[in-house]
Amino acid sequence: MRPILMKGHERPLTFLKYNRDGDLLFSCAKDHTPTVWFADNGERLGTYRGHNGAVWTCDVSRDSTRLITGSADQTVKLWNVQKGTQLYTFNFGSPARSVEFAIGDKLAVITTDPFMELTSAIHVKRIAGDPTEQTEESVLVIKGPQGRINRAVWGPLNRTIISAGEDAVIRIWDSETGKLLKESDKESGHKKTITSLTKAADGSHFLSGSLDKSAKLWDTRTLTLIKTYGTERPVNAVAMSPLLDHVVLGGGQDASAVTTTDHRAGKFEAKFYDKILQEEIGGVKGHFGPINALAFNPDGKSFSSGGEDGYVRLHHFDPDYFNIKI
Amino acid sequence: MAAEVMLINEIEAKAASMAIDLNIDFNSIQLPRGEDCGIVSDDEDVYHDDQLEFDSGFGNVIVVDNLPVVPSEKFEKLEGVIRKIYSQIGVIKEDGLWMPVDPETKKTLGYCFIEYNTPQEAELAKEKTNGYKLDRAHIFAVNMFDDFDKYMRVPDEWAPPEIKPYTPGENLQKWLTDEKARDQFVIRAGTDTEVLWNDARQSKTELVYKRSYWTESFVQWSPLGTYLATVHRQGAAVWGGANTFNRLMRYAHPQVKLIDFSPGEKFLVTYSSHEPSNPHDANRVVINIFDVRTGKVMRDFKGSADEFTIGGAGGVAGVSWPVFRWGGGKEDKYFAKLGKNMISVYETETFSLIDKKSLKVENVVDFSWSPTDPILALFVPELGGGNQPARVSLVQIPSKVELRQKNLFSVSDCKMYWQSNGEYLAVKADRYTKTKKSTYTGFELFRIKERDIPIEVLELDNKNDKIIAFAWEPKGHRFAVIHGDNPRPDISFYSMKSSHNLGRVSKLTTLKGKQANALFWSPGGRFIVLAGLKGFNGQLEFFNVDELETMATAEQFMATDIEWDPTGRYVATAVTSVHEMENGFNIWSFHGKLLYRILKDHFFQFLWRPRPPSFLSAEKEEEISKYLKKYSKKYDAEDQDVSMLLSEQDREKRRMLKEEWEKWISEWRRASEEEKLERQRLRDGEASDEEEEYEAKEVEVEEILDFSEEVLFEE
Repeated sequence: MRPILMKGHERPLTFLKYNRDGDLLFSCAKDHTPTVWFADNGERLGTYRGHNGAVWTCDVSRDSTRLITGSADQTVKLWNVQKGTQLYTFNFGSPARSVEFAIGDKLAVITTDPFMELTSAIHVKRIAGDPTEQTEESVLVIKGPQGRINRAVWGPLNRTIISAGEDAVIRIWDSETGKLLKESDKESGHKKTITSLTKAADGSHFLSGSLDKSAKLWDTRTLTLIKTYGTERPVNAVAMSPLLDHVVLGGGQDASAVTTTDHRAGKFEAKFYDKILQEEIGGVKGHFGPINALAFNPDGKSFSSGGEDGYVRLHHFDPDYFNIKI
Repeated sequence: MAAEVMLINEIEAKAASMAIDLNIDFNSIQLPRGEDCGIVSDDEDVYHDDQLEFDSGFGNVIVVDNLPVVPSEKFEKLEGVIRKIYSQIGVIKEDGLWMPVDPETKKTLGYCFIEYNTPQEAELAKEKTNGYKLDRAHIFAVNMFDDFDKYMRVPDEWAPPEIKPYTPGENLQKWLTDEKARDQFVIRAGTDTEVLWNDARQSKTELVYKRSYWTESFVQWSPLGTYLATVHRQGAAVWGGANTFNRLMRYAHPQVKLIDFSPGEKFLVTYSSHEPSNPHDANRVVINIFDVRTGKVMRDFKGSADEFTIGGAGGVAGVSWPVFRWGGGKEDKYFAKLGKNMISVYETETFSLIDKKSLKVENVVDFSWSPTDPILALFVPELGGGNQPARVSLVQIPSKVELRQKNLFSVSDCKMYWQSNGEYLAVKADRYTKTKKSTYTGFELFRIKERDIPIEVLELDNKNDKIIAFAWEPKGHRFAVIHGDNPRPDISFYSMKSSHNLGRVSKLTTLKGKQANALFWSPGGRFIVLAGLKGFNGQLEFFNVDELETMATAEQFMATDIEWDPTGRYVATAVTSVHEMENGFNIWSFHGKLLYRILKDHFFQFLWRPRPPSFLSAEKEEEISKYLKKYSKKYDAEDQDVSMLLSEQDREKRRMLKEEWEKWISEWRRASEEEKLERQRLRDGEASDEEEEYEAKEVEVEEILDFSEEVLFEE
């Protein structure tokens, strides 16, 4: 089917997130306004105004009532999804790079960038049921990794936190004590900045994408490497189909080099791989510029991609996609 | 070496008993000379010096003999004279001049030692001042200190040379006997160099040999594929063997830059260029010709770069490589060098000039050998504003008889193209139009093997077309030309034979508007790849010239290199590290089917291993191609078996992968099931996990957004 082009952002996209029901799509971009769309027809439903910097990330609660966004304006904001009003603002001394609600939506993990004298950090905040009772202080702050922490997500039963970033190492932390439990192997692990990390629908495994032109699949509990998917360009975004054993990798050459080469040189395609066989299945072209964000609809029947070109492209799969055999 | 194991406290005790301070100042440690223990110095100068020093460390010292013997009062004067002479050539090291004195008579002994900064300077000094006449009685005899050492060791009495027992060497051509009739190639990516089999049946490669830091700049096959040459700071080396790659020979040549094999791979030419000590001088060039098997230097050439840059091709850019062009077919009989107003032809029996003199040709700018016969084609450009026409002539070696000559009028430039069997020579001549403002191109076609060497002139249909590429069909009678000024040029095919007249050239076809700028004939002829490199982003067209039809069109984006395998069965296209992305290579069948693709970052080189020419006679080859069906049956059956096996293996592999995955996932499910209650608790008892499908309910919600009452006045 023809993709639906959603033009609502004026700057490059940074992050995409579907709610659990798969009817809403939240998009973040370097303009200051996260936007919510109908995931079916791409109609814009509303925007969340209030940030004063690029918005790097967001997450939505299981019941789709709360949105949490992290921004370069050094704040993380809680929003009422339906009304678009701000509920609470967490202030940090440096830009917030990633956020995620825990199972149960009572905790959130937030990563902040190194900035001025501050080092990068992982913060755990308690999210109050009633926004008027929300407090600022962190339950836990973890420091240690060098450079930016591009993504931190919760492990099974909120007992661990998995982080990855510029130092190319994936780490698993105890979410109670902040103790480092595991580190990815230097040999088998990524060689360059890890740009993205996404969990499987059941949380059993997760996929990491890196500028070393590969994506790797890991066991969430043991941090053992299960699969590696090689590609020919830096990977900025990864996604996994919840329905079929497919993974999607998006990326492309650096934005600064785009103008100097043929548009085909950048390979700004979303590439599909068989998750188990590690073989390339196909690609979806379209963006003029690298792909920065990818997300699968929880029903597995559509996916969306966000590019440096400022567009969100919403792709509904043709029926024959579901019959691919290799 | 087995070292005795000593405990650290024992060492300390020992040290204390011997009153040795074990607190080592690391800056005081000096590594043994010429040995860095694997530690690379970060001091740029030290590093540089290391490069230049020879093994013994005395390569930069010369001994000057036959000096006047002077008493001590004249010592300083003599020393001053010597210093003056030798400091003109290079920088003498501090305290680098030593003239020994007889302790009894206080007179000098008639010789002195001079130490230069670099071995190059020392060598130059030896060359320039050996035989220098200070006065009639004192003619300098200059030697390298190292040589002295060598001559000293010559025993006084002759001893019969030891006869080494013959040890049979490995079969260096074993790769040709591969059961699956595969070909090898070498690739260089990052720091690794790998030799691989091209296993096209299984669509993959098989590793033969791999080594990191195998070479310091590039690798090169010898023309018959026997050796792989690597290039290092100290010289070149060749590698080969039956099943793996062992070093067979080393060729010492410090700072070697370029190498070239003779066509029969008997000789190896190495080249280096050295910065002069005086910045106004040209670079010093050293060229050695080695015997490949013995490693002996057969002849060396030294001189300033100017002596090696004469001629059209070299021009401003410097020495045109190869400086020495090998001729006379695979026998490696002759090699020649272009000089000012002459061509120097050497023969390899004595490594001296034929008839002891060079071939004098006024203003010659280019020459080329016939690939099979000892015939030189040379080109002399127009002189005196057209008074003396340009000239192409064919000269027989060693007789130096001119076989044929053709004068060409108002020619601006010429290029010579030999057909691989030496049957034809095409001379592409760019001519001025009458106004002299622009040029057009024509071809002079020589039929070398026919009586009196007839020449035919060929002009393109549109003679103003620019020629982009020209290529002979290997072993054949056809050639292809890319011509035209359009962004999409035309490609024409010609044959040296026409249907009714064997002695006339005829056009076969013209393909209009192709995205191509390079031609790659299959080594077996008949097929050609029309490639659009650089600006055309790697367009490929596989064309059958017998049927005049396109077999396939394809693309490897940004392809930089294209090479046919020596049998003409496969084509490799590669993207080398001139581009940042997409580095790697593709292997195609001859008819343009992509067989497999391998990506490698920092990809530098792809080279097929050449094969020696077939021993079969032309008649035998024809017979085989006639009864090809009979022979191919066996291979077809094999192919089928392999493909069956392959798909079987593939299925098996996939099944294994799937099974493994299932096992892993079920394990995880079990663990996840155990945690189900815990998860529910985290969600305040919300029973649903992700397992349950949610139900879509239609709920109508009415919300009053605004309410206002207005009273409308009625008139």
